[in-house]
Amino acid sequence: MSRRLSIGVFTVLALAVAVGMAVAISPFASGSPDGLEKVAEKKAFLDDGKLHSVQNDSPVPDYAFPGVDNEKVATGMAGFVGTLGVFAVGYGIAFVLGRRRRARGDDRGPTAATA
Amino acid sequence: MFSIALHIPDGFLSGAVAALAAIPAIAAVAFGLKVADRDLDEARVPLLGVLAAFIFAAQMLNFPIAGGTSGHFLGATLAAVLLGPWLACLVMAVVITTQAFVFADGGISALGANVLNMGVLGAVLAGFLVAAGSRALPKTRAAYLGTVGVVAWLAVMVGAAATSFELALSDTVPLGTVLGAMLGTHALIGIGESIITVAAVSAVLAARPDLIAIGGHFDQAPGPATARTAQEA
Repeated sequence: MSRRLSIGVFTVLALAVAVGMAVAISPFASGSPDGLEKVAEKKAFLDDGKLHSVQNDSPVPDYAFPGVDNEKVATGMAGFVGTLGVFAVGYGIAFVLGRRRRARGDDRGPTAATA
Repeated sequence: MFSIALHIPDGFLSGAVAALAAIPAIAAVAFGLKVADRDLDEARVPLLGVLAAFIFAAQMLNFPIAGGTSGHFLGATLAAVLLGPWLACLVMAVVITTQAFVFADGGISALGANVLNMGVLGAVLAGFLVAAGSRALPKTRAAYLGTVGVVAWLAVMVGAAATSFELALSDTVPLGTVLGAMLGTHALIGIGESIITVAAVSAVLAARPDLIAIGGHFDQAPGPATARTAQEA
């Protein structure tokens, strides 16, 4: 057990890997159409797709950070913001629910939250 | 505009299909919240955030497959292995919802269908399949990682099939036209999914084997040296 990473270290390491991928690698990801988009293009229903009205004002449309001219930098910044934002939302939900559980004194020790 | 595989944009689905797909999606997310409220232990609080972050980041990394097409990691099986099916569905919903509202990736009306395809049919199904495989197969590291790899591929294929059915039910494209094309493309994308999922699960087995929620318990004695190291670490 002594060599096991603490959950804090594990979290920081995994988050660093995620941020690194989003910032440094995503600007160089393939720009080809993806599976569904390619099929939609080939089978001629791509033009059916449209943005929902609320998406016209998306903060970071199409993974390009607004106001940044360099495409690669814009993508990397979008990745940075998105990865940390999604972490915060996921952590936040889990934290709030965990606090409710602690407040109930419902501590049955570690359970694997299985089905 | 639609940069991500399996993320259905608005306009592809009819209102009826989008609404019908949203019902199981909402039910699964609600159940995921209930499971989190009931079962989430301290160690998994950061894990939920980290997985959402990892999946979001990995979904930005489109890799080229054949014929001028790209694919990317989905993450449903990885999430299911680490969190169990219902919390994994919750994580997928967090990622998909953020992508739709912040990045205009995947539709708003189609949100239910996307959560159904990637969260319910992706993560929930994957969790139960890995659990079943772990019970049925020998308790070895190789059999476990093999199960994870096959299920990761299957989860992508099931999502692609479900997307095809939803498109056909919406009268967007005939099933016979879309199903083969979707499955053919995603059979290749699924191989990438398999490789990344197995690599990530191996890394967690080495660093924190206790964080694996589904399966991952191996017979101690005659296993390969790496498995024993992971168990003792």
